Amino acid sequence: MILLIACYTFFNFRFFAYPDMERKQLMCARQNQAMFLIHLLAYLIIYLKTEDPRVLLFYGAQVIFFLAYIYLYRLFYRNVSRLLVNNACLLMCVGLIILTRISFDRAVRQFVVLAAAAVLTWLIPFIIDHVWQLSRIGWFYGAVGLALLALVWILGTTTFGAQLSLEIKGVSFQPSEFVKITFVFFVAAMFYRSTDFRTVAATTAVAAFHVLILVASKDLGGGLLFFITYLFMLFIATSKWMYLGGGILAGGGAAFLAYQIFPHVQTRVTAWADPWADIDNRGYQITQSLFAIGTGGWFGLGLYQGMPYKIPVVEKDFIFAAISEELGGIFALCILLICIGCFLQFMMIAGSMQAVFFKLIAFGLGVVYITQVFLTVGGVTKFIPSTGVTLPFVSYGGSSILSTFILFNIIQGLYILKRNEEEDDEEG
Amino acid sequence: MKRANPNPNANRNILILTYVILGAFFGLMVYFCHFLFKEREGVMNNSYNARLESFSERVVRGRILSSDGQALAQTEVGANGEELRVYPFGSLFSHVVGHSTKGKTGLESLGNFYLLSSHGNLLEEIFHGLADQKSQGDDVITTLDVGLQHTAYLALGERKGAVVAIEPGTGKILAMVSKPDYDPNPASLDAAWEMLISSDNDQGQLLNRASQGLYPPGSIFKIVTILEAMRENPEGYLDVHFDCSGVFQEGPYSIRCYQSTAHGSQNLGQAFANSCNGAFASLGLTLDQESMGQLTRQLLFHTELPLSIPYSKSSYNVAAVGSLMERLAASAGGDPLALTDGEVSQWEVLQSSIGQGKTLVSPIHFAMITSAIANGGILMKPYLIDRVQNEAGEEVRKFLPESYGSLMTAEESGKLNDLMVQVVTEGTGSALRDAPYQAAGKTGSAEFETGKETHAWFTGYAPAEDPKIAVTVIVEEGGSGGRTAAPVARAMFDQYLLR
Repeated sequence: MILLIACYTFFNFRFFAYPDMERKQLMCARQNQAMFLIHLLAYLIIYLKTEDPRVLLFYGAQVIFFLAYIYLYRLFYRNVSRLLVNNACLLMCVGLIILTRISFDRAVRQFVVLAAAAVLTWLIPFIIDHVWQLSRIGWFYGAVGLALLALVWILGTTTFGAQLSLEIKGVSFQPSEFVKITFVFFVAAMFYRSTDFRTVAATTAVAAFHVLILVASKDLGGGLLFFITYLFMLFIATSKWMYLGGGILAGGGAAFLAYQIFPHVQTRVTAWADPWADIDNRGYQITQSLFAIGTGGWFGLGLYQGMPYKIPVVEKDFIFAAISEELGGIFALCILLICIGCFLQFMMIAGSMQAVFFKLIAFGLGVVYITQVFLTVGGVTKFIPSTGVTLPFVSYGGSSILSTFILFNIIQGLYILKRNEEEDDEEG
Repeated sequence: MKRANPNPNANRNILILTYVILGAFFGLMVYFCHFLFKEREGVMNNSYNARLESFSERVVRGRILSSDGQALAQTEVGANGEELRVYPFGSLFSHVVGHSTKGKTGLESLGNFYLLSSHGNLLEEIFHGLADQKSQGDDVITTLDVGLQHTAYLALGERKGAVVAIEPGTGKILAMVSKPDYDPNPASLDAAWEMLISSDNDQGQLLNRASQGLYPPGSIFKIVTILEAMRENPEGYLDVHFDCSGVFQEGPYSIRCYQSTAHGSQNLGQAFANSCNGAFASLGLTLDQESMGQLTRQLLFHTELPLSIPYSKSSYNVAAVGSLMERLAASAGGDPLALTDGEVSQWEVLQSSIGQGKTLVSPIHFAMITSAIANGGILMKPYLIDRVQNEAGEEVRKFLPESYGSLMTAEESGKLNDLMVQVVTEGTGSALRDAPYQAAGKTGSAEFETGKETHAWFTGYAPAEDPKIAVTVIVEEGGSGGRTAAPVARAMFDQYLLR
């Protein structure tokens, strides 16, 4: 399995190296084969261990879903980026494997959300391609985002010390996951119109308001994510180093203040600095995670051989530790590389975009994506203090899945748009 | 809808930020690899890691072997699959190998991870997994020498004490004995457990005196005092003469030599060989206490030792160490003896120069200092696990000797070597005088309680010209170091060098 994921990752980067379309297609086809093999092997092991016939059924459903997703997508949109589709499928596939191992019921729920989200977001590339008024309604995005966040702040339920979710008729829902996207749209629309000082100031105010609400709801990871995204987008839009430097200084100051004011933040930082000192209490989660990663080693203990459930919130924020424990450090590194591959793809799309609005959106969403990956993986491995962010496409959680789908499909839409234009040019 | 890009730098900047982010990820990945390479085992062996226990459901605990492959601990599997940990040598290795029921100690704890990991044939592993059979855990091959351990064990006999033997050039721990001991075999341990942990039990059978015992060093500490004299006066330190009458009088204080023997007129080398307390007490008064404090730190007093087994930190007479501020802090802590009052500190200096007073050392710490002297001043980190191999005898992991660093210069270690040879050829180390090899060492007879016999110490190595083994011996209430402890070391050297 490790070999397969290594092959997959290799193909992923190989893809960039080939200039001609045909060989790229070949790489993608091989990627598909590798993915289905990993999938098959993993579920075979799960079935042998549990001997639960439902697993087979579940496996069948997943295969149908992935096949349908990969092929129908291509059928509907001719110029789709196969690499992105493949990577999304692989990440989902690994997520489902590890979730099935941790909790079958949760995996099934995840799968249902996944399938629904896939269908729902199917249309996004189409919308991007045909509705270009999207760039006109900047304030609308800002208002929606703020409203959603404020709603959570006032009404939200508290989990693990942070107010993140709204509960509507028993279904909990995390608006901040979607506000990430409206936020990027908002910033892109504002800077598309103008990058003079007034706009920048106004946009900064709204962006700061986003971050403040998140910090007030104690969602520090979210706050940090928005902050970095905004700062980077600002820099790209204006090319002014001063904004970047000033932003970093302001951010550092704000982080220091947050550390002084919130005990919640202090807890996380002390737990990060020396988790062993308070192993039973504050350091519990991170040390359990390190035990998991350390015991798994390079090659992993194998599915059902570890104890991932020892780690609190393993199916969400700490899923990377579970992957590393049972599937191995190499496997986990490959997942990381695949995420980076996605990010590079996003950046290439951003670079090729002519329109500032789309360029900014592609870039902003790419930063949102990769920052999230960095925060969660860094937190799990004790590289940085844990911030409580999910791993896109892999972690359990309906909102996270849906928003990641939207994110990927928007980028996909931009890619398709670009390719269609290129083809038009060639024909014209 | 296409508006010309108003910002031509955008793509370049995207590239820059992409590199920044890639850099961050590179750091993350390097860290992740470093964790898996370096820190992993320490983390895994943490007693809070519940995962290791679960290994024993799939793996039969491996064996612990001596350096020549004799089993020191092994697991016997009965007909019904029940497992029994057996220690064929009984109490011979009780502390260093430890026990694995009633918690894990010694090598059973140190090597826990290896013992519970299986690196067998891959096909066999799969077969075992499918057949629900347990795999055989890896074997831990130690640096311990059964013959040497046995010699130390017999030489100590029923007396309390400890013996540590180290190979100076590598840091391999060859033998480690602590008395009194206990039988680690589960049945005997179960039977004796209540008695062993009872609060009425003052014997401390479970304590590994070799690494966790703290004793006043007595005259073996003169190695440190003379090293300080050597540093302060490299040319003329040996020319200091002292006339010993058996009692050294300094103001109101008197320092006696062992059994008030009068050593007569002697230079410092002779005083070292004869272990003359008066000479060293008066020498101590001339030494810079600040720099003496620094030297003890350099020799790992008050410092973490490079050891992976539990140990106690050695301490040098606290009042004499460090700055005025530290002393004031110590006196604020309610310790009147630590006051900087001239008279009190003079007494402390007299005492600490001959290894009495509040100075305390562990036997393994002095074995480390001794092996550094034997190894040209360089301390090799002591270690117990030489390698790990799977059931079929294929090597899984090899541990190589590691240097801790220099405790002293090669020149200083050479001079100490000459002095310690002199102890054997003309001084208190007479038990080793007629050996067919040239030994070097220092004896000690440390007072610890008025009215009780002194603790007998010997620390040394052989052969002096090319040291193969360094040994530190302490016999509690053994009397004279030369008469009681040196013969134990002699037996060890004979066993190791003449077999």
